[in-house]
Amino acid sequence: MMVATVIILARSRNLFSVVVLGGVYSFLMATVLVALDAVDVAMTEAAVGAGVSTVLLLGALHLCKAEEAKPAHRPWLPLAVAAGTGAVLVYGTLGLPAFSDPNSPVHTHVEPRYLNDVMKETGVPNVVTAVLASYRGYDTLGETTVVFTAGAGVIALLRRRKRKPDGEGRETAVAAAPPSPDRTGAPNPAEDKP
Amino acid sequence: MKNDLILRVIAKLLIPFILLFAIYVQFHGDFGPGGGFQAGVIAAAGVVLHALIFGLDATRRIVPERLVETMLAAGVLLYAGVGVAGLFLGGNFLDYFVLDRDPVAGQHRGIFWVELGVLITVTGVMLKIFYMFTARGHADGELAADED
Repeated sequence: MMVATVIILARSRNLFSVVVLGGVYSFLMATVLVALDAVDVAMTEAAVGAGVSTVLLLGALHLCKAEEAKPAHRPWLPLAVAAGTGAVLVYGTLGLPAFSDPNSPVHTHVEPRYLNDVMKETGVPNVVTAVLASYRGYDTLGETTVVFTAGAGVIALLRRRKRKPDGEGRETAVAAAPPSPDRTGAPNPAEDKP
Repeated sequence: MKNDLILRVIAKLLIPFILLFAIYVQFHGDFGPGGGFQAGVIAAAGVVLHALIFGLDATRRIVPERLVETMLAAGVLLYAGVGVAGLFLGGNFLDYFVLDRDPVAGQHRGIFWVELGVLITVTGVMLKIFYMFTARGHADGELAADED
């Protein structure tokens, strides 16, 4: 089903159906992740991939034409690059330990400590949350900073320059604008230090 | 779309539950699947639904742009602040053990605040991006907006 979705996705020229199919693909991916017992990731995939990014893409679609332009070149070179990368990746998976092999490095390095000591050390039954927020707190701080930087980037790109407000909706946007550049800019250097 | 009675009633029914579910996902993240990222996106989705049904201006009145921009930075600051609090209490950066006399309770407290920071930033960013995109559509193409 995912293969069929991707093929239709690649062939479709109507961007609206592409966005909707992207959402469908995300939901299918989420079910795959549930089948792999990765409920936290599945939830994120369903909420972010299928929910919010679909809405954002529709919002972006609202700003441009709904039909994809004809590509200027034939797609053979990009297709060869994509197929080559895919082949290399598949070749790489051959070197991985077998699926759910208990002796693989993933299961012998830090995982036993996480699984066995998580209740004693953090008292949080959901190991994913404990790893995310506690053991790997630095990484999550980095992720949050990435999300913040993305938001700041969108603001920097899309914020309207100050000019005569000609609509009541715009007026609030302009009024809210001046204080924020220093506010959004200020935390960044502070974040980079740790 | 603004005048569709069914959509308005259903949205009014659904939005409180969406927000409640976000809070559940946030604070139940210790015990079940969930956490700041997911809860933030769900909360943002609730507000986006409100904006889709009732129009952007109505949503801007409830969740003003200024608040969203503040949330953007406040979440990261809260997260880093937890780390700095650990520093002041004699631990390493982002060390939660020192946040309470009992190290396990300190872990709990640290995770709680850190996840709250994630929630605030993610909600803020999602809403801000949505606001920027939609506001642009409104300003650039009033005709296109009327067609919908």
